[in-house]
Amino acid sequence: MRTVTIVGASLSGLYAARELRAQGYDGRLVIVGDEPHHPYDRPPLSKDFLTGRADETRLALTDTEETTELDAEWILGVRARALDARGRTVLLDDGRTVSTDGVVIATGASARRLPGDTLAGVHTLRTLDDARALREELTRGPCRVVVIGGGFIGAETASSCSSLGHRVTVVEAAPLPLVPQLGAEMAAVCAALHRRGGVDLVTGTGVSGLRGTSAVTGVDLTDGRTLPADIVIVGIGATPNTAWLAGSSLALHDGVLCDDGCATALPQVVAVGDVACVGGTRAEHWTSATQQPRAAVANLLAGRTVETATAVPYFWSDQYGARIQFTGRRADGDTVRITEGELSDGAPAEGGFLARYERDGRTTAVLAVDRPRPFMRARRELARGAGEEQVRSAAR
Amino acid sequence: MIPVCRLEDLPKGESVRIETTPPVAVFHTDDGDLYAIDDTCTHQDASLSEGWLEGCLVECPLHAASFDLRTGRPTCLPARRAVRTHSVTVVDGLIHVHLAAEEGTAA
Ligand SMILES: Cc1cc2nc3c(=O)[nH]c(=O)nc-3n(C[C@H](O)[C@H](O)[C@H](O)COP(=O)(O)OP(=O)(O)OC[C@H]3O[C@@H](n4cnc5c(N)ncnc54)[C@H](O)[C@@H]3O)c2cc1C
Ligand code: FES
Repeated sequence: MRTVTIVGASLSGLYAARELRAQGYDGRLVIVGDEPHHPYDRPPLSKDFLTGRADETRLALTDTEETTELDAEWILGVRARALDARGRTVLLDDGRTVSTDGVVIATGASARRLPGDTLAGVHTLRTLDDARALREELTRGPCRVVVIGGGFIGAETASSCSSLGHRVTVVEAAPLPLVPQLGAEMAAVCAALHRRGGVDLVTGTGVSGLRGTSAVTGVDLTDGRTLPADIVIVGIGATPNTAWLAGSSLALHDGVLCDDGCATALPQVVAVGDVACVGGTRAEHWTSATQQPRAAVANLLAGRTVETATAVPYFWSDQYGARIQFTGRRADGDTVRITEGELSDGAPAEGGFLARYERDGRTTAVLAVDRPRPFMRARRELARGAGEEQVRSAAR
Repeated sequence: MIPVCRLEDLPKGESVRIETTPPVAVFHTDDGDLYAIDDTCTHQDASLSEGWLEGCLVECPLHAASFDLRTGRPTCLPARRAVRTHSVTVVDGLIHVHLAAEEGTAA
């Protein structure tokens, strides 16, 4: 291979570039990213960056020394518009084309939007530019903030806004947020954290529209109520950035379909991070975006799948002064047992807790609030168990 | 020089955090060595005293960066900057930490 092109210059794209060099690829390396910025880290955007505890220099994922070592051609601020059917040419928005022997698709996901969200005061939170704009508005003095969506990003953003002194309401369409991720029992416990920050949680009602002529003034709910608002943050999930691949021969369905090793149907094209549906699942977690590139690059360089990238899922979230960590794959019907710490009034007590999800006497997943050390031990156990399971099923 | 605790109160394989500014983590390795480093991971915001101790390495409990206790240097991503190391002595069975900055100002 003489040229490899990475499309998407963020977390998984950068890790792919590092892996290419670490695994001995010494050819031409082109990195295309539609944001004007060098790779930066997104998780702090809804946390310390929004509250002003971390500035932009803390977000940088790389520095000039590493950039020099990577020896890549960075094409930033330019979108890739298409990949040809053979996967040999990347067409850019400015009309340029890049002929390539290998492609890493790392285009991530975009915040889902609401119809009519072009009013001033309405924000999404996915990019540095989003976070800059929101942070600027939040520093203009106390106001009424409505966060639409009670998922992790919604909850973190609500927590940050409330710690800045704003009056915050979270609207969640489902009867309870985070049920798909945590199951009903633990979702209820985490939802109770909103109380801690003095944030109102309105559940079981959707949003029928936004009010205002040029700037937003309120949020209309499907139950007929209107919540007055100066700032509205839309946190209703993300969709994988696959539109640019429409004319390619790749299979797209909620992400780029890949095998267990991040390889697509074209042997010289792999996909990693939020955009990749690996072995049937698409993760939107920082850790998968940093782990998948290792296998993906090995398989790209080998021209076939020699390594798999199916690690035990892990994510964390920081909200209302609590650190939530989760690992594993829970399924409906798993029983949940708190094995350390306790709840108080339905919320995590001082000192947090550790909960195990179990099925047939085996731990399927672990959730911790403010218990990093036992969580880490449990996470290792679970990863070891999964490794043994994989060896067993390979032997069968 | 900051007293930490009695040596017998910090068994091998354990660590303790002391509330200096910034906080410091003291480790007793399985080999019986004592090390002290700044407690806060240079990547983001996790306490290394809560990490996974293996030999002379501690793995951060949040995103698994690993630090060499002898040098403070990260041995893998996502951390890129070293944590400060401090020297440790045991006097009459009591562990003491000598903060690096403190020594700097004393000199
Ligand atoms: C606010 C926020 C908080 C988060 N907090 C956590 C957390 O606490 N814990 C956790 O586990 N995860 C968290 N995440 C998720 C984590 O950040 C993502 O999983 C990770 O960023 C995925 O990396 P990626 O490189 O795959 O995709 P992205 O980071 O989305 O990067 C994709 C890049 O590709 C660019 N791109 C898209 N299309 C094109 C194109 N056609 N041409 C060129 N470039 C293109 C995009 O602009 C972007 O720069 C958070 C995410 C956000 C937004
Ligand atoms: S905070 Fe330690 S690795 Fe991220």
